[in-house]
Amino acid sequence: MEQLDNDRLVWMFTQMLRIREFEERVKRTFEEHPGVIRGHTHLADGAEASIVGSLATMKPGDQMMATYRCHGYPIALGTDTKTIMAEIYGRKDGLCGGYGGSMHLVDPGRGFLGTSGIVGQGIPQATGVAFAAQLRKQGQVVLSFFGDGASKQGAFHESLNLASLWKLPVVYVMENNNYNVSTRSEQEDANAANGEPLSVKATAYSMPGVTVDGGDPVAVYEAVGAAADRARAGDGPTLVESKVYRLSAHGNIIAPPGVPLHYPEHEAITTFGNREEYEAALRGDPVPRFRARLVEQGVLDPARADEIAKEVTDEMDGAVQFALDSPFPEPDAAARQDYVYA
Amino acid sequence: MAREIPYIAAVQEAIRVEMERDPTVVFYGQDVAPSDEDPLVQAFGRERVRVSPISETAEIGMAVGLALAGYRPVVELLMAEFMLVAMNQVVNEAPRLRYMSGGQVKVPAVFKAGYGFTAGWAGQHTGSIYGMFMGFPGLKIALPATPADAKGLMAAAIRDDNPVCYLINYLMVLEHGDVPEGEYVVPFGEAAVRREGSDVTIVATGWTVGRALEAAETLAKEGINAEVIDPRTLNPLDTATILSSVEKTGRLVIADQGTRHGGASAVIAAEVAEHGFGSLKAPIAQVTALDVTVPYSEPMEAYVLPNEEKIALSVRQVLGEAPVAA
Repeated sequence: MEQLDNDRLVWMFTQMLRIREFEERVKRTFEEHPGVIRGHTHLADGAEASIVGSLATMKPGDQMMATYRCHGYPIALGTDTKTIMAEIYGRKDGLCGGYGGSMHLVDPGRGFLGTSGIVGQGIPQATGVAFAAQLRKQGQVVLSFFGDGASKQGAFHESLNLASLWKLPVVYVMENNNYNVSTRSEQEDANAANGEPLSVKATAYSMPGVTVDGGDPVAVYEAVGAAADRARAGDGPTLVESKVYRLSAHGNIIAPPGVPLHYPEHEAITTFGNREEYEAALRGDPVPRFRARLVEQGVLDPARADEIAKEVTDEMDGAVQFALDSPFPEPDAAARQDYVYA
Repeated sequence: MAREIPYIAAVQEAIRVEMERDPTVVFYGQDVAPSDEDPLVQAFGRERVRVSPISETAEIGMAVGLALAGYRPVVELLMAEFMLVAMNQVVNEAPRLRYMSGGQVKVPAVFKAGYGFTAGWAGQHTGSIYGMFMGFPGLKIALPATPADAKGLMAAAIRDDNPVCYLINYLMVLEHGDVPEGEYVVPFGEAAVRREGSDVTIVATGWTVGRALEAAETLAKEGINAEVIDPRTLNPLDTATILSSVEKTGRLVIADQGTRHGGASAVIAAEVAEHGFGSLKAPIAQVTALDVTVPYSEPMEAYVLPNEEKIALSVRQVLGEAPVAA
């Protein structure tokens, strides 16, 4: 794994800020432009450090797959945020032409092979991508992102068994935000209920399991990087449990057409009445935390940090405006048979 | 050069030929080549021919991933019902990813399984469950009814850029027939006219193709000239060939080993009712399995299945030459 130099650290901070600002804009869209976003969106705010620390390990040719909570990955991989926002707004210029929406972003040219909207179902697919990488013998590594809830799916267990058995070059990155929508991990996970980290699940499949502070991008980079090195060397998969705190609710409210959508408060508050848990998470917010650390270490000048923030704000202003200005697809584009069948 | 080989050997031959011509084809599944002496392992090595655990979700999900990454996996699933364990991957992932991506990705994967093993396998290993797959745009379905088609449709399935459920009828695996050597591809969406006739069209799938041909021979002795059409693939479905046959004969009997409600037969009947109504001189008749779970005991199993006699009776009925039961 390569050492993170100052430029790379600032790049990481910038990507974290871009993801945060993008997600804030998605959230604000519900108030500023009611009706523009339909269905269900899931935000990555709180997981920026984990996403960026993980993706920073990728080398050219490496690939990744994720879940319906997928806005952050393509932002860090370099997909134009204009097209991501336009996709979320259902527009013709969207990344997927309006066919996929918030939950189904994909940018294969940048190594992002897709998501599943169904919990855990992207894990075997990422494992298959790693099978392909093993056959191709070009040293590629695949990152498979999923949440803590997915680790109760058979898809997770079947995949880890196979990947370990066949020594596939894959790193399983479990973003553990401690909530399955509104159910807490200790209510549905035997390891969590017994005070164990979820990374112990790796033991059953004879692979390393590590738990890392997902709010620290450097710690995530080192953990995922070590796992990627191991995978690249042909030694097989690793389970990395990255502990994050989701700073928004699971998603916007679920409601039939005509009811204005919005983001409710976090489930710690709405379901469990535990405002202090949420406030503590806000105090530990990874984005300002990383900024303060880089400034303190002399890596990042505060004035430069403000400039970056301004650039990011401008970028996301542009993304929102682009998406608003983009036309809707022609309705009959829905019948394109070349998209149904290759 | 064609020579006679069994249906099951024709399937294996297609996989072998396609693996020889395309290094991106991989073959794995439960009980696939556990021994290193297996001819496919000998020919292509352990990298491309693997035995996998009983993990359908991972096996099929990995095929989706392999396909997204540029390979052409063939997954051995043994029994069509085993796909039900991983239904999300088969119907909600593989066929939807291309569309949802706005055409950015493709998923060329073959899900190979047997079906219709109505030979005392009771309720959970005998189903002809392909009808449900017809409700998922993007998912192709091949039902070879001859050894030659078993080879040619498998080759087409592997070369296809979309997910394909390639379904072997387990009652037919030892049936012999002429199969071309070397590369041989039967294109999807082209029905085969197995027997030409002018009085009635029998559309039959898989194992019922043979039953329909037997019925047609019996009927010929009665002066009834039946045309037998085998769609070969249910998606794409060659409705044009079926409609033009019905236009000629004016009558349609559909024979299918699956159940009726929501099944392949119902879809074909609806296509003809909607687009060929003007040609019909009699109501469409469907000869399907009864809408029950396949029972174990032999007389009951035989009772629920379509057969030569039931097909012949339906033909006589649509021709007005036998009473229709109330």
